[in-house]
Amino acid sequence: MSLETLLPAAIVVSSLLPGVFIFLVKEESHILRGVLNMAGALIKLVLVGVMIWGVYQGETYETRLTLAPGLDLVLSADALSVLFVTLSTVLWLVTTVYAIGYLEHSPNRSRFFGFFSLCVSATVGIALAGNLLSFVIFYEMLTLATYPLVAHRGTPDATRGAKIYLAYTMSGGVLLLVGAIWLQAITGPVDFTQGGYLEALSGDLQGPLVAIFVLLLAGLGIKAAIVPLHGWLPQSMVAPAPVSALLHAVAVVKAGAFGIVRVVYDVYGIGLADRLGLLTLLGVLASTTIIYGSVRALYQDGLKKRLAYSTVSQVSYIALGASILGPIATIGGMVHLVHQGIMKITLFFCAGNYAETLGVHKVSEMDGVGRRMPLTTLAFTVGALGMIGIPPIAGFVSKWYLGLGAVEADAHWVLLILAASSLLNAGYFLPILYRAWFRPEPDAWPKERPSKGRFETMGALLWPPVVTAGLCLIAGLLAAAPFSPLEWAALIARREYL
Amino acid sequence: MDASLALAVSVPLIGGLLATALPKRAQGLGLLASVATVLVVGWVMAGVWQQGSLHAELGGWAAPLGIALAADGLSAALLGMAALVALGVGIYASGYFRSADADRHFWPLWLLLWAALNGLLLAADLFNIYVTLELLGLTAAALGALTGTVDAVRANLRYLLVGLLGSMTYLLGVALVYTSYGTLDLGLLSNALEPGPVAATALVLMTAGLALKAALFPLHFWLPPAHANAPAPVSAALSALVVKAAFYLILRLWLDVFAPVVTPSAAGLMGMLGALAVIWGSWRALRAERLKLLAAYSTVAQIGYLCLFLPLLQALPPGAERDDLFVALVLMALTHGLAKAGLFLAAGLVQRSAGHDRIDDLGGTAQHMPATTFTIALAGTALIGLPPSGSFVGKWILMTSALESGQWWWILVIAIGTLLAAAYVFRVLSRAFNLEPTPRSFVTQARTEVPALLLALTSVAVLGLAADPLWRLLGAGGGA
Repeated sequence: MSLETLLPAAIVVSSLLPGVFIFLVKEESHILRGVLNMAGALIKLVLVGVMIWGVYQGETYETRLTLAPGLDLVLSADALSVLFVTLSTVLWLVTTVYAIGYLEHSPNRSRFFGFFSLCVSATVGIALAGNLLSFVIFYEMLTLATYPLVAHRGTPDATRGAKIYLAYTMSGGVLLLVGAIWLQAITGPVDFTQGGYLEALSGDLQGPLVAIFVLLLAGLGIKAAIVPLHGWLPQSMVAPAPVSALLHAVAVVKAGAFGIVRVVYDVYGIGLADRLGLLTLLGVLASTTIIYGSVRALYQDGLKKRLAYSTVSQVSYIALGASILGPIATIGGMVHLVHQGIMKITLFFCAGNYAETLGVHKVSEMDGVGRRMPLTTLAFTVGALGMIGIPPIAGFVSKWYLGLGAVEADAHWVLLILAASSLLNAGYFLPILYRAWFRPEPDAWPKERPSKGRFETMGALLWPPVVTAGLCLIAGLLAAAPFSPLEWAALIARREYL
Repeated sequence: MDASLALAVSVPLIGGLLATALPKRAQGLGLLASVATVLVVGWVMAGVWQQGSLHAELGGWAAPLGIALAADGLSAALLGMAALVALGVGIYASGYFRSADADRHFWPLWLLLWAALNGLLLAADLFNIYVTLELLGLTAAALGALTGTVDAVRANLRYLLVGLLGSMTYLLGVALVYTSYGTLDLGLLSNALEPGPVAATALVLMTAGLALKAALFPLHFWLPPAHANAPAPVSAALSALVVKAAFYLILRLWLDVFAPVVTPSAAGLMGMLGALAVIWGSWRALRAERLKLLAAYSTVAQIGYLCLFLPLLQALPPGAERDDLFVALVLMALTHGLAKAGLFLAAGLVQRSAGHDRIDDLGGTAQHMPATTFTIALAGTALIGLPPSGSFVGKWILMTSALESGQWWWILVIAIGTLLAAAYVFRVLSRAFNLEPTPRSFVTQARTEVPALLLALTSVAVLGLAADPLWRLLGAGGGA
């Protein structure tokens, strides 16, 4: 029992334990609940800080629990898992603050925050999972923990959305399970290995390996909302804003994308995946999704729906990065894992603020919101411009590296996809910005909350998007600084292509 | 001579007799006897853990004459699961029955059932197995009819008759064995047994009788009404323990005593029936209108899962892989026992609070009882086989073995069964989300809610994450 063996488990437990206690907290004790929430989030942040430093120094952390002979639950830290853990932890902290403000007077908060914590524990577990078995375990736990969050409001719409969500993710879970078991039956118990561990298998297993990849990809693609498996995502927009924010930026969608990255790099190895023709499959699917999602986003009037389709499109950049052979594209995909997260969470926070403060749910109602809520709209603008890929915001860095990587790998068609997607992004984000800043305010907002305090809305709702928008700018401006997402992604790529 | 084996049977028996003699103190005596039995079972398990297996002859008479008791890893594991479930059921029952009359009738029968169950798990010869099996069936049917409603009496009368038919068929097989081999002791018999028509016929007869009692598809018809109409603590015991006891005997016969007689096609047939049970039971559970009926059909499906192991155990050569598969089978059985007990106990609370258990009208009730809804969710996780439950580990090993022995088609059955199970579990859970007012606290009645929650939690967290010792317990003296 030392720091090296305890730290990964402690990072998972630091949100699991508060989650369990929150269920037991009486509904009206919001202070106790808030303390539990924040204590968990801060302790996790500190632990993750220790882990980042250690992994940077080349330290290894591993918690191993034997479930059965040959079946180990492994939590371990490599550069890739640290990237995702850090993203989850930081955004969880911000989202918790936001959620406490957002749900101030709504019912069933103990249930909500309990599952919220379980959801983050599962996400962190996915990030730290050291083999396929552990990944599957946390992946399924994530499904279980998010279902109550989607269904939280209890309206018929919410129940329906949750049902669709469950039907998709459960089926995905079964496919992933079968794929994982099949692979393990071939290889025996093997941990994720940088550079992949299937390279050594002889050529006569090509057929099964391709079939297994398809199974895994289908299972992961459902959560990652790859077309045509994305149907649940717009439906689950009925969830409260903090849930949508977390689902889109960190938890569910990102878990799927992260899983694809893991399978391509650390199970198959990118070289083998390329030789088996799997990268082409992934690239085509990702490109289709990028274009399809953006086109559908153009036609949505509901702000959250538009953002949802934008997620469908943007998350596939990560898969696209993984589908191009070459370290630079890898960097682009990996760094987008973080950049998409901070940009999308900003946008969802802002959407939630408009809905909570003014009752604005639709793009067509957003005329003049910039004057009524300048800080929120400023944050929204940063997020939206970042999504389009305008420098110096984070999204530009991702697209730049993806484009460079494509050129390096002679995959020039990717540039077309990137260009088309950026145009489409501009097509659905710029009109919102135009309305918000340049159209006159309406006489009355759909449902304005009486405001108290100096700011445009309550502090717990206002500061989270401002902070994350700041992160988007910093990640772009200081991309070359040590410990920036870009530098970390480069570290991962160096270790993958050794 | 190990006293712990005899005590494991006699302590609940004496408790039951005392509860009959002093009906006014039945509850106190019953709980006391329950705790004592749990301690004795712990002692048995510790013995098996250290020595691999235990053996005792009552009165000092050796095998062909006296009554012998034996415990190996398999019986110790099931004994332990039964003790946990029984303790939970007992505590729950002490807060569940509203009328003093029901409470008074419950305890003697309940302790008698427990004694019979322990006797069955420890019995070392075929005739004692028959006696305990009969006793188990009688007490179970009597307990099931405890509510006294017409439906309950009718269902349990049928249960009783089916049970008698089952044990008669079994007895016929036993008679056949005795006439040809002159012994009923399991150990002596497995040495003497030779493959041939007599042994095969005996196995078929005994298996048919036991399959009827274990509600193996298509002999499951009696189970849903009997289990759904019994009082909640009794349903829990029936589904978690009584059905498992019959399945335990099938395992004993197929893997241990009659192992040389079993052919791949016979094992394949059991697997086939199991597959049909998984699909049919899950489908009926999905269509069930009442929560307890859903739980009962899910038991039919779960027995089916256990049968899927038989063709694979038959196909694998003896070795580490087969041992793993065998432990996985036991792990699934244990997980199901704990989870199903939790589910039935929770269903009883829902039924009592709402006045009915029609799933479509459950609305507010589920939301009012967070602890109970949680119990259903945890038990449901184990029934679906999602991580981190014990059945997830069990299924993982089962599916791996299916692939490695080339019988990949069972995987399709498991995948379909898993999705159907998810559908029926979440059909119930989705009722917990609606616009009813927020419940004030997590637990409303600790005495009934906590045992149910702990049983379900054990099936998920303990058996899923800390099942490794089971390998040692079974590896030491497992039947495989």
